[in-house]
Amino acid sequence: MPTKLYNEPSPLETRVVSKRFGLENSHTLDTYLANDGYKAFRKAREMTPEKIVDEVKASALRGRGGAGFPTGLKWSFVPRTSPKPKYIVINADESEPGTCKDRLLMEYDPHQMIEGILIAGLAIDSHKGYLYIRGEYRYLIEHMDRAIAEAYAKGYLGKNIAGTGFDFDLYTHSGAGAYECGEETALLDSLEGKRGIPRMKPPFPAVAGAWASPTLLNNVETFSAIPPIIRDGGAAFAALGTPKNGGTRLVCISGHVNKPGVYELPLGYPMLKAIYDVAGGIPGGKKLKAVVPGGSSCPLLKADECDIPMDYDTLAKVGSMLGSGGMVVLDETTDMVKFALRIMRFYAHESCGWCIPCREGTTWLRKILQRFVDGGGRKEDVPLLGELSKNMLGRTFCALGDAAAMPTISIVDKFPEDFEKRLPAANSQLVVV
Amino acid sequence: MAETVKLTINGSPIEAEKGTLLIEAARANGIEIPSFCYYEGLTLQAACRMCLVEVEKTPKLQVGCTLPVAEGMVVHTESQVVREARKGTLEFLLTNHPLDCPVCDKGGECELQDMAFRYGAGESRFTERKVHVDEQQWSPVVYFDAPRCILCYRCVRVCNEGMGVNALGVSNRGAISEIVPNRHDYLECDECGACIDICPVGALTSGIYRYQTRPWEMNHVGTVCTHCADGCRTTLGVRNEKIIRGNNRDRSGINGEFLCIKGRYGFDFTEHPERLQSPMLRIKDAGGLDSFEPVSWSKALEVVAGNFAKVKARGGRFGVIGSNHTTNEENYFLQKFARQALGTKNIDHHRSGDLLTFFDALSDRANVLATVEDLYNAKALLVVGSDLSQQHPLLANQIRANVRHHSAHVYAVTTGPVREDHQAAASVRVQRGGELAGIESLREKLKAETDLTIVFGDAIQGESLRKLIVFGDSLLIPVKYVCLVDYSNSRGAFDMGLIPREGGMSREQMLASGDLDVLWVVGANPLKSAPLASQKAFVVVQDLFLTETAKRGDVILPAASAYEKSGTVTNVCGEVQKLKAAIKVMGAKSDLEIFGLIAKEMGSDVVRALGIWSPDKVFEEIRKTVHGYDVSVPLIATGGAAPTMPLNGRVPALPGTVASAGDTLFTSGTLSRYSKILNSVMEAPGELYAGKESASGS
Amino acid sequence: MTFSPQLEERFAKMLACYPEGRKRSAVVPMLIYAQDETGAVTEELIAEVAKRCEVAPLQVDEVVGYYSMLHRKPLGKYHVQICTNISCMLVGGEELYEHAKKKLGIGHKGVTADGQFSLEEVECMGACSWAPAVEINYDFHHFVTPEKLNQLIDALKKAH
Repeated sequence: MPTKLYNEPSPLETRVVSKRFGLENSHTLDTYLANDGYKAFRKAREMTPEKIVDEVKASALRGRGGAGFPTGLKWSFVPRTSPKPKYIVINADESEPGTCKDRLLMEYDPHQMIEGILIAGLAIDSHKGYLYIRGEYRYLIEHMDRAIAEAYAKGYLGKNIAGTGFDFDLYTHSGAGAYECGEETALLDSLEGKRGIPRMKPPFPAVAGAWASPTLLNNVETFSAIPPIIRDGGAAFAALGTPKNGGTRLVCISGHVNKPGVYELPLGYPMLKAIYDVAGGIPGGKKLKAVVPGGSSCPLLKADECDIPMDYDTLAKVGSMLGSGGMVVLDETTDMVKFALRIMRFYAHESCGWCIPCREGTTWLRKILQRFVDGGGRKEDVPLLGELSKNMLGRTFCALGDAAAMPTISIVDKFPEDFEKRLPAANSQLVVV
Repeated sequence: MAETVKLTINGSPIEAEKGTLLIEAARANGIEIPSFCYYEGLTLQAACRMCLVEVEKTPKLQVGCTLPVAEGMVVHTESQVVREARKGTLEFLLTNHPLDCPVCDKGGECELQDMAFRYGAGESRFTERKVHVDEQQWSPVVYFDAPRCILCYRCVRVCNEGMGVNALGVSNRGAISEIVPNRHDYLECDECGACIDICPVGALTSGIYRYQTRPWEMNHVGTVCTHCADGCRTTLGVRNEKIIRGNNRDRSGINGEFLCIKGRYGFDFTEHPERLQSPMLRIKDAGGLDSFEPVSWSKALEVVAGNFAKVKARGGRFGVIGSNHTTNEENYFLQKFARQALGTKNIDHHRSGDLLTFFDALSDRANVLATVEDLYNAKALLVVGSDLSQQHPLLANQIRANVRHHSAHVYAVTTGPVREDHQAAASVRVQRGGELAGIESLREKLKAETDLTIVFGDAIQGESLRKLIVFGDSLLIPVKYVCLVDYSNSRGAFDMGLIPREGGMSREQMLASGDLDVLWVVGANPLKSAPLASQKAFVVVQDLFLTETAKRGDVILPAASAYEKSGTVTNVCGEVQKLKAAIKVMGAKSDLEIFGLIAKEMGSDVVRALGIWSPDKVFEEIRKTVHGYDVSVPLIATGGAAPTMPLNGRVPALPGTVASAGDTLFTSGTLSRYSKILNSVMEAPGELYAGKESASGS
Repeated sequence: MTFSPQLEERFAKMLACYPEGRKRSAVVPMLIYAQDETGAVTEELIAEVAKRCEVAPLQVDEVVGYYSMLHRKPLGKYHVQICTNISCMLVGGEELYEHAKKKLGIGHKGVTADGQFSLEEVECMGACSWAPAVEINYDFHHFVTPEKLNQLIDALKKAH
């Protein structure tokens, strides 16, 4: 298993969860133990479950999968006692376009994540966890199986972990190619052997999740952040970021940049600095046109909207989202209509089909955008795209409908000239019927 | 008293019980919130998004079909934003939906049409290419047009939860999601057609009804299904004296929307080419062989009446075998005819359940007979010796819904796997005859229930039936019973007295009697399974078809089916319902009319003794003379089911055997032999206790 | 129906790791692993998985159509998956895909005549920062140019 990184690290990073990346055999338990491994678990073992949750709350850690829900708060929703066993499910379905960070955490530091899972087990009194990994990450499933086997062999999983008397079993579970299975309730249905269709909430997974039992579901990176939080204290983690947006996160910078890569940056890091200093700026000195802040589900930002700190609340205030950390940089050569089409092709393909607005809306929008790209665009299509997107927004069963609508609305609103350019000359003066 | 909640909908103050869904609270107050996927009795989905409404103080539109009412909630269901949301959702739905209205069966009763008409979006802005998939035929009775499907998943839910069959699923993803049958490109199921009726659009259509007519061209006649004893109401769609379809979408009747393949599709026997349409006399033809000659009614009646009178005059022996399918009026009149006009006590019918011992053992008790509705409300149910979902599908449906909606406990003691096993708290397999031991093994569990309803088949009869009642008593909880019988008026046959009281011969004894002078068979086929000993007997047969018994007949009289006459029938639970004639078949007469005409032919004394042979008049007499039948005439006249109270003290024992015919979902005695539809499905003739593959409960 | 000893071992572990009475959870992982050995999700495989997971064949069938990685028809020995989603598209993913179509002479979900290669235009596979990304069977390849793709394919052809 190579420990060679896929991109050069940046000196501007603040490496917390990625601090072991690049170490020789970083993925082994020995390396982990030699580098602060399991200190947090032992500490947590001496804490009450409430104290653990309080520490996570104090860290202001928010879900790193995309929704950004305060993690400590989510943990507190799991009922203290339950006649049914409680489960932990780790969302390693990582399929949000622009996102490639959970891969690295599992590849280079699997035991950190495992330790985080165990601490969560202590916090909610759970003894069984399922690591749901997308089917395309087969090599990582095998990698995690080996890491888990190593942990069992050395007494860090199974019965009486590290001699502390705590039991926990962890299993991997393969997906088979479905973006919607990253949605937590659809993931649970998939884990149960069904089609990945999201569920009605309430009941929330914390109360009735996997197999109708209380379930704690979090992203790989969220669990990976737990050991540093418990080891060094929630306040220390929080202080790295901005108020209510604690800590650091892995930002996946891709697109038109000289040094695309995954970089760990504190919450609140300036976006432009990330693009130009961390990622080396735009090749050929081209101008910045737009940024996808955190995965294709986010409304895009125009170049003049990018001078902002990157945290959940600021992005929300400017009408977008911090999302999954998948930051995609678009330069002036980018055809926004083609971009919008590719996004809609994705959502139409991945729509689970459960509800009318998403199922039919994404397909219709894709067809309009395809026609536009093929040269058959009409002037009235542009406001139509916006209207249809708005007919999906807030009306769908799960967030996929919003995820399809929001970037489309932002592109139509912010880049009308790109659509204008694609209108066949004869059509551009057509009046809307 | 349940807690009530006060809320406001469209400015009107509304009160509803706590926990009521907003959509139900609105509908109960005449405020329509449209929905496709929400369906009463099936799990909630919130998939179609048509029921989105505005609730003050919430940012997004709320799903009306999953939101319980809350105190002080202020709801707007017709505001601008809600109307636009509905129109938008409909517009999305209509993008792929083909404009098939001119050729689609559902036109005129289509919920999508109704909604588009009401909420707009009839003119679409969609100018792209629609996805097309060819139509598929999944069985002789089920067609599927995928492009029309709006993916409301009602069909999947009604098949899985509602019927417990699990034959439909959903495949693929996104806009190419498709409903799929359990055998890839065909269905192996109950063929009940529930999926077709529940489909809001014309995606699932009936192979029988396809392209035949428009709904407004039909006359809809609500009557009672003529097959099993459950007594489902079936609304027959009739056009030009032809029954084109049956369903119960108007939810009239004790069965709600439930029907099985027999109730929905088993009507085509009425028009089978071999239907008897003329009276016939047995003659010897030129070669000396037996043959049947069609004769006029007057000729036939003359022969019958003449022979009856002759035999009566010389004190000969009569035997009368009545039917499980004829109406109460016909049964009552027939036994009166036999006893008073013919002076005989030899009256019987094929008894399929031991009602005799049942009524005797329960004697004078009150509240021990369960109705169809009781099966939906009982806290615990015990099914003994019957494959209910095959033999009594409505009763099975009630129990299944009871478990789903009320978490009732069901127990099964049967000779093989039954569908109730999937929901059962306990299932016991026994050999026929070992049912009581099986029931005994459940004693502790049953004792712990708050009440119990026991449904039992013909394996429990005579002594074992008495022991069952003793067992029920020993549980010290309220116990009700259903004594299963086979056919649409098996109960009525017994209640009206088609039994050899006071020393008459049983059916078997009549057939075995070497010196029987007359055998009068009405709507029955006893000679299918046993020979007639008396060579000299003059045999009169009234039936729809030339059955084995009819072939021995000296005079054959063409009779009308239940769909061609009026009268009442009593279902397995003792509930009386009224039939309504849907069509007339040329040549056939109702059995009651035939009795009356024979009486008339026999002379005014007979006519005076028997009275007028109109169903209404006869029913009036039944109400006065048959114990437990003084039911409300308005109730049954308006399509209701009136429970009878037949328990009237001890009942003397009678000779004769009790045996169920063992029909399945696809067979129904003689009638099913002549139903092309019932025989066209691959599952026919069906098998009891077959134990099909079980789907995972989760 | 039996599988290789390693796969049987994996299946045994799988069926044991879910809660009591929840064998259905093994359906999707079983299908995707077994598919590698059987070549595709066949009727036989569906019946086998249904039996082992104690569900009806229809319930397994429903799932096959939902998940993109499960396929009913066999693919090539080397299944070349090329991402054209946003990050890859911006740095030449679409051009790479067009190039692959020409190089292999097949289109989306096509299989070469000799059964060696198949091609699929896929969605984001989680290699955005190292785009353009290609997955061949389960092996990831980053920063793939048309030339690099040629090399990869040619090497696989030669290895045969």
